[in-house]
Amino acid sequence: MEQAKETGGGADGSPDPLEIPDLVPGCMSASKPYAAAPELQKPLGFPGGLVEDWHDKAIEKMAELRGKYRSFRVFLDACVKCGACTDKCHYFLGTGDPKNMPVARQDLLRQVYRRHFTLAGKYLPWLVGARDLTAEVLDDWYSYFHQCSQCRRCSVYCPYGIDTAEISMAGREIMDAIGKGQKYSNEIIGKVRTIGNNLGLPKKALKATLDDLAEEVLEETGVPVRFPLDEKGAEILLVAPSADYFAEPHIAGLIGYAKVFHQAGVSWTISSYATEAANFGLFIGSYENMREIALRIRAAALDLGVKRLVFGECGHAWRVAYSFLNTLAGPFDFLDRRYPIPQHICEFTYDLMQAGKLRLDKSKNDHIRLTFHDSCNVARGSRLGDKPGGQFDIPRAILKACCNHFHDMAPDTIRESTVCCGGGGGLLTDELMAIRKAGAQPRMRALRQVAEEHGVTHMAAMCAICKAQFSKVLPMYGFDMEAVVSVHQIVSNAIVLGRGSDGSADRDGDGE
Amino acid sequence: MLTVAFAVVFYLAAAVLALGLGFRIWEYATTPAPLKIPTAPAPRTRGGVALRLWREAVLFESLFKANKWIWLFGWVFHAALLVVLLRHLRYFTHPVWEWVALMQPFGVYAGFAMVAGLLGLWGRRVLVPRIRYISSPSDHLMLMLLIGIGASGLLMKYAARTDVAAVKSFFFGLMVFDWQPLPADPLLLAHLGLVVALMAVFPFSKLVHAPGLFFSPTRNQVDNPRERRHLANWARELEAGRS
Repeated sequence: MEQAKETGGGADGSPDPLEIPDLVPGCMSASKPYAAAPELQKPLGFPGGLVEDWHDKAIEKMAELRGKYRSFRVFLDACVKCGACTDKCHYFLGTGDPKNMPVARQDLLRQVYRRHFTLAGKYLPWLVGARDLTAEVLDDWYSYFHQCSQCRRCSVYCPYGIDTAEISMAGREIMDAIGKGQKYSNEIIGKVRTIGNNLGLPKKALKATLDDLAEEVLEETGVPVRFPLDEKGAEILLVAPSADYFAEPHIAGLIGYAKVFHQAGVSWTISSYATEAANFGLFIGSYENMREIALRIRAAALDLGVKRLVFGECGHAWRVAYSFLNTLAGPFDFLDRRYPIPQHICEFTYDLMQAGKLRLDKSKNDHIRLTFHDSCNVARGSRLGDKPGGQFDIPRAILKACCNHFHDMAPDTIRESTVCCGGGGGLLTDELMAIRKAGAQPRMRALRQVAEEHGVTHMAAMCAICKAQFSKVLPMYGFDMEAVVSVHQIVSNAIVLGRGSDGSADRDGDGE
Repeated sequence: MLTVAFAVVFYLAAAVLALGLGFRIWEYATTPAPLKIPTAPAPRTRGGVALRLWREAVLFESLFKANKWIWLFGWVFHAALLVVLLRHLRYFTHPVWEWVALMQPFGVYAGFAMVAGLLGLWGRRVLVPRIRYISSPSDHLMLMLLIGIGASGLLMKYAARTDVAAVKSFFFGLMVFDWQPLPADPLLLAHLGLVVALMAVFPFSKLVHAPGLFFSPTRNQVDNPRERRHLANWARELEAGRS
């Protein structure tokens, strides 16, 4: 009865990236993130610890969400348990724990929903698999809703479009409401709301970093590429993930953005008030927190008097920016309407390429044989450019224009079918390393295939989480940790700085 | 007595189905979808969304991407069920519409296809460990119910033929509130009893996946969040006093 897999392993017998494991019930039940301490919970409007009447409060919250989110209601009602999603989650593929099958993850919440909000569940719970919210069930929620990176791969395959991300966000929102928050996400949200970025980088440190970068680029290229901070009246406000200011390979991407802006001849700035593209309010399903973080960006744009808003390479960040920013913090009628609001740095670079305003020397990347990891939330939660699917085509067009050797990974692991890096959705924390490693397995196997078949040496990504996660897990799978690169790092390598030939493009550099 | 009982039960079941489903749709329609969450790549126009929903409802596009076996069994079952339902229009129209008369033989084939599709789905539910794991008793019962309806229908056609003229006059009588006797044929009563059960549980079970699809935000939203704000009423309230 089982479906014959089309992917197959590599010709040489390397394992199929999407190989379906045997069920190993409960094998990941002990995987739990650290709990958020009271001082992290309270500033976000959540109880400090598990409240006494947590059961009733949880059901109350569930009723509230049921009234506020159509997705919650339709998704919990509509599932027919057809099984289409059961082999689609990278965490299931990597662990075999059946509760990591998307439908089973949803069922953790659905069983309680049915018990309280459906006729059958109230009177015949055994018939429809309804259950009370016991301490044990809550424990499962905490484990398994933190084994979902909200990557939406399951939603591509569900015949009703049920998106487990929505359910795990709702689960986390309910848990926050009863005082059972996750340290990693809530601590970060607190930092953004007080300091302006996930890392808690103060303005002084930021300034020093940016000055160092300018110096470094000047030394390397002889060109005074600027890295401006809080410059009023700049045309563009760049909102990048804060990892771009300190982590590798993120920082190489930031240098790439700066070089592109330099070549475009536009003035730009970073804001020390809104130094963070990522919006972890999404991860915990909190509209209010997501909105607060989004409003910081609006305030920074207003304060600096910029005309355009450009986002750096970050996956969930771009989803929030693209899909939600206008709703949460718009209307942006004070910005220049001739450009998309907000715009992605890849859109910016691609437009410049199309206009023939970038000279790209592909040979500068000849030491690299490249592939591209579609970041999940860019792929399935947003768009780049005007056409549906631009989020797949534009980064590839940029990379191919910058590098002579490009090979895609297996078709059912890229584009809309891309497998998550394993670290998204608030899981990029050390205590969750086991699930992070397991979740990366499909991607690592797909990379192994192209490494063996095409000699691929590097994988470009356009998400701060992907980059950080891969830097950690690549060595666990026998790759070099520097095999993950930023898209704009590849651009940075290839870009020819200066106004030598009045800015006209080098035709050889046009990859498409 | 039998006629009265079935007539009353049919009226009740029809009412439950219509009101229950109407209520469910009203619930879905009036619950806000506060954020744009179409699964990308998504259509940029209403027309594109209509086409996407059409492909989902008619071709089961996403399911096809997911799993060819489930798609095959599921699609065959649903398509066959549609043909079978249309075939049954002959019990409710007089004179029978021409195209309904013409399709009668196909309706019978569809009866077999429907049961075959259901058996395929049930087979997977029992044999594939992943799907067995996620199944509740109700999931099995639902398949049994549908198979029971299909099998009893086919038996009436091939094993113990029932008096279809009398059945037709019973249903015609129901529609004009002039009750006619229902033949006391056990197969027929089983068939109709199961249909009544299906109608009654429809709005309270996973069968609401039918209207649910059309209200699924990941499928029915236009991809235009940068062009338009998408504020729910409850979210608009947060805006008061904002800069």
